[in-house]
Amino acid sequence: MMSKGLIQLVLSRVRHFLREPEAVFWTYGFPLLAAIVLGLAFRSKPNEVIQFDVVESVASDTTLSAISDLKRFEITVHPEEIAMDRLRTNKTIVVVTGDEDGGILFNFDAANPEARQARMAIDDAIQRAAGRTDPVSSVDVTVTAPGSRYIDFLVPGLIGMNLMGGGLWGVGFTLVDMRVRNLLKRLLATPMRRSDFLLSLVGVRALFFIPEMAFLLGAAYLLFGVPIRGNPMTVVVIAFVGSVAFAGLGLLTACRAKRIETVSGLMNLIMLPMWLMSGIFFSSERFPDALQPFIQALPLTQLINALRAVILEGAGLMSQTVPMLVLLAWGGMSFVLALRWFRWTQ
Amino acid sequence: MSEAIVCNQLHKRYESGTKAVHAVRGLNLSVSAGECFGLLGPNGAGKTTTVEILEGLLEPTSGSVTVLGTQWGDGRDHQLRQRIGITLQETRLEDKLKVIETLQMFRSFYDDGIEPEEAMRLVSLEEKRDSWVGKLSGGQKQRLTVACALVGKPELLFLDEPTTGLDPQARRQLWDVVNGLKAGGTTILLTTHYMDEAEKLCQRVAIVDHGQVIALGSPNELISTMGGEHIVEFSLEQNGVNAPDASQFAAIESVLKSVTESGGYLLTVGEPHIAIPALMQYLESREYALASLTTRHVNLEDVFVSHTGRHLCDDE
Repeated sequence: MMSKGLIQLVLSRVRHFLREPEAVFWTYGFPLLAAIVLGLAFRSKPNEVIQFDVVESVASDTTLSAISDLKRFEITVHPEEIAMDRLRTNKTIVVVTGDEDGGILFNFDAANPEARQARMAIDDAIQRAAGRTDPVSSVDVTVTAPGSRYIDFLVPGLIGMNLMGGGLWGVGFTLVDMRVRNLLKRLLATPMRRSDFLLSLVGVRALFFIPEMAFLLGAAYLLFGVPIRGNPMTVVVIAFVGSVAFAGLGLLTACRAKRIETVSGLMNLIMLPMWLMSGIFFSSERFPDALQPFIQALPLTQLINALRAVILEGAGLMSQTVPMLVLLAWGGMSFVLALRWFRWTQ
Repeated sequence: MSEAIVCNQLHKRYESGTKAVHAVRGLNLSVSAGECFGLLGPNGAGKTTTVEILEGLLEPTSGSVTVLGTQWGDGRDHQLRQRIGITLQETRLEDKLKVIETLQMFRSFYDDGIEPEEAMRLVSLEEKRDSWVGKLSGGQKQRLTVACALVGKPELLFLDEPTTGLDPQARRQLWDVVNGLKAGGTTILLTTHYMDEAEKLCQRVAIVDHGQVIALGSPNELISTMGGEHIVEFSLEQNGVNAPDASQFAAIESVLKSVTESGGYLLTVGEPHIAIPALMQYLESREYALASLTTRHVNLEDVFVSHTGRHLCDDE
């Protein structure tokens, strides 16, 4: 049974949140905008047009004019000097020039995978136009099934990011703000139970994460058809554990801070490695092996991995025991330390 | 009458790095149940530190405190908090909560108390029931913090500088609230650096300076320690003559005390209708030209000045 005090404290947090238009935007609007913008930028382009430059001296060459009719290519003709300049400044990725024997030279940056691909495609088309016959016939079948696109990868990442931001800011910022206002001390002067107060801060996070997540998943489904392969309840359980872990971390961050500036700095310090390495926007496995133990120990990495596994691969709760334990360890440790170090008065 | 607050030889020393501040130095106090008691002193006198120790928010370095028959930290803090109400200096309540919601929240912490609507009525904020706290004026916010202290129906109420920073009208409204509570029998301990506030509201006043009580009594008792009840302030024209020494005027009939005071003179006088004509005669006989003259009653500020040589608001 919740005490009257706890109910009122939770109510006041909820009211405070709903009356703060900025907070509502950052919680609901921002992740959605991020999903839309990034989803559009990285949308699958099955029939991508390859753009490249050709220098004037070889432009009239019959082999090249043969492929210039193909819709897959968009050829721009420039004098050699200008074309090479465009290559250097990244305005084009491949420049085709010719040698004295009528051969073709491809100029491109070998470190750029897009350029390497384009070079292969152009070469291939030229050879075929020139009469090469392939001994085995091959046909491309492109896959754009929901669940394997970038947007599918991105949405669980954004949910994780949102739970992290909400937990840390929601708890930490609120707490320091109340300390600065002298309100914490004022509450302490009442018979309010301290445990009720801390529970209200964390409890509100647990209350808010469901609409937050439902909103993002719903929008992602409606706009991009991002599927939920696993059991939605499993998603809820994982997100709940995640939001409690981050609420604990927020409590720890703010347990002694006397000023908003201090807590803001600490929050950013804590969140930055996770923003970069926990795999919100790209897989955390891209980082070197030496960093992996550190990256895997971060709560956000585990939360996002577990969310992806359930949402995209349909994994069950039991298979996500390790991420859950890591998150619970973070949450539990943070609570214990926060309570020990907590500064109630100035 | 039983004692609501007793504190003996209270000391509080703050250590911050190499600097140590001895904010309270052996302060003794006893407040009876049902009285309105004032701690009057300049900023930095140790009033707030004392009150926060009494409220159980700070630990004293040494000394004993008994509040409503209980000591802080003996395991009954929660029960004691049910019985006291507090306003702190400069509490900013949540701006985005309504007045009524704020009161409902505070009410929820107490087992017994009055309805939030009733608390609102006590401080005359009924009209602002559904306004956001952030939209209230300074005086209304201050009355709301008092209302928050009242929802638990406290036996003992602490008001720390309740009217600092308020305009005269808002101060008067708050005084009305305090007078209403006094009439209702609530014991009140208030701190202030306004002497008129202490004089108007408090049955007894302790004048505090440098962490000690330097004078104690009802406002009338304190004022009567000055000997006379009236003050005559005057200044002289600067016409090349050396300004006369204040001691010259002490011999005038009915003048009890004479001191120099910011370019003029301040006489404590028993009977102004005797002292003023005598002063006029004296000035005329020595050809001093009067520049200004006013008379007023002795107030607590004069008591403070006579004890310390400083004004209550010197450090503001």
